[in-house]
Amino acid sequence: MTVSETGSSRVKRGLAEMLKGGVIMDVVTPEQARIAEDAGAVAVMALERVPADIRSQGGVARMSDPDLIDAIIAEVSIPVMAKARIGHFVEAQVLQALDVDYIDESEVLSPADYVNHIDKWAFNTPFVCGATNLGEALRRINEGAAMIRSKGEAGTGDVSEATKHIRKISSEINVLRSMTKDELYVAAKELQAPYELVLEVAETGKLPVVLFVAGGVATPADAAMMMQLGADGVFVGSGIFKSGNPEARAAAVVKATTFYDDPSVVAAVSRGLGEAMVGINVADLAAPHRLAERGW
Amino acid sequence: MTTSLRSASLDAGRPASAGPRVGVLALQGDFREHAHVLATLGAEVSLVRRPEELETIDGLVIPGGESSVMDKLSRMFGLQAPLKTAIAGGMPVYGTCAGLIMLADTVLDAIAGQESLGGLDVVVRRNAFGSQNQSFETDLDIPALGEVPVHAVFIRGPVVESVGPDASVLASLADGRVVAVEQGNLLGTSFHPEITGEHRFHEYFLAKVRARA
Repeated sequence: MTVSETGSSRVKRGLAEMLKGGVIMDVVTPEQARIAEDAGAVAVMALERVPADIRSQGGVARMSDPDLIDAIIAEVSIPVMAKARIGHFVEAQVLQALDVDYIDESEVLSPADYVNHIDKWAFNTPFVCGATNLGEALRRINEGAAMIRSKGEAGTGDVSEATKHIRKISSEINVLRSMTKDELYVAAKELQAPYELVLEVAETGKLPVVLFVAGGVATPADAAMMMQLGADGVFVGSGIFKSGNPEARAAAVVKATTFYDDPSVVAAVSRGLGEAMVGINVADLAAPHRLAERGW
Repeated sequence: MTTSLRSASLDAGRPASAGPRVGVLALQGDFREHAHVLATLGAEVSLVRRPEELETIDGLVIPGGESSVMDKLSRMFGLQAPLKTAIAGGMPVYGTCAGLIMLADTVLDAIAGQESLGGLDVVVRRNAFGSQNQSFETDLDIPALGEVPVHAVFIRGPVVESVGPDASVLASLADGRVVAVEQGNLLGTSFHPEITGEHRFHEYFLAKVRARA
């Protein structure tokens, strides 16, 4: 009799491997989830409010209503992700009980713990976490994250923060690759990350888990740029359902993500999409309203 | 076989000792993992996203990923028809997970309007085990690959619900559910040898490619 194991690192990280080259879309209703699946989304993120609305409406942003998550799971056959607040391990327990496919411990919601993140090894359901730099990514992986998304400034339609963070992570990996073994001990100290993970990144030249980009992606060209900068895939939040023609824009972002290195395809799919989301320049946001700075 | 200008010019510079030319469908999914395993085994690997890229390969791997996304993109970018032609013409194709779904003649629990390439005389059910919480890894006895069991990872994987007279079963779970099938030059598995360091399925597939090339 052979033994079967669920919830292993390989199984958790494996789902993220299968999502690569794809687009994960924020949806707030089953109807939006259907549009996303029909447009070629590789997974959906079930939310009560997209980041643009969380930003404009303010207040404490929490895990979504289980009824909404159930309805979205019932509507689509692709994986469904849902967000828990940073450090809110009970919201994560609820999401696991709801049988979501991935839990996003997300800075887009209001943090529940300003010291600790969730112990993600304690869960059968895999986690994706945000990071602005390599040290933060490795700390999340050390806590059990099976996928990383670089943080952008969610809900703005301004891709500059996403660019900054994917470039930061890539350049920090490149620096590690050029170091001698004795230098890696100091690098681990400075990155505030475990030495074993730092050594692994230095040897392989990449994170031990899949790396997507999120936050501020609003156009096919934004998605293609993130892929050219080394992302394994992209999250699109407010950018699709806050635009003039969500169906067309969603399908266009999917195509641009697959053909990210072919400008003729990106050009073709960028035509006639209607209005992109209006957007907010990150530079105009007061520091307390910058979501990417949450998490540590 | 028709020879385009492009493949003729590529063939001209090709050393006789080069490995078999294998494409990996690179619309979405874990195509790099397959490319890595195939290159390790000596194949000359290329990524396939456009119809003309099918002309220079002798075999194809369809990776894991989302079958609904691969189907949609393969139709939008004109790959579906030439892929079907290549399969009908006897090109060896190996599909893992979503790739098995793409190769199945009949797909259950597909999204509305989803099509498959077909070729394998089987009925496959998508997401047959449930959500990610039910994804698992286990050992499988596969006599065709030798005595050592295959360590298999199932990630929201499909199951072969019925096998027609033209296809044969390569592997089943302890409860009898079929998870690997073969029919002529086509090979399909519900699980992902490409992410476990298991090379025997790819070797088995490359033998088919070499035999035909």
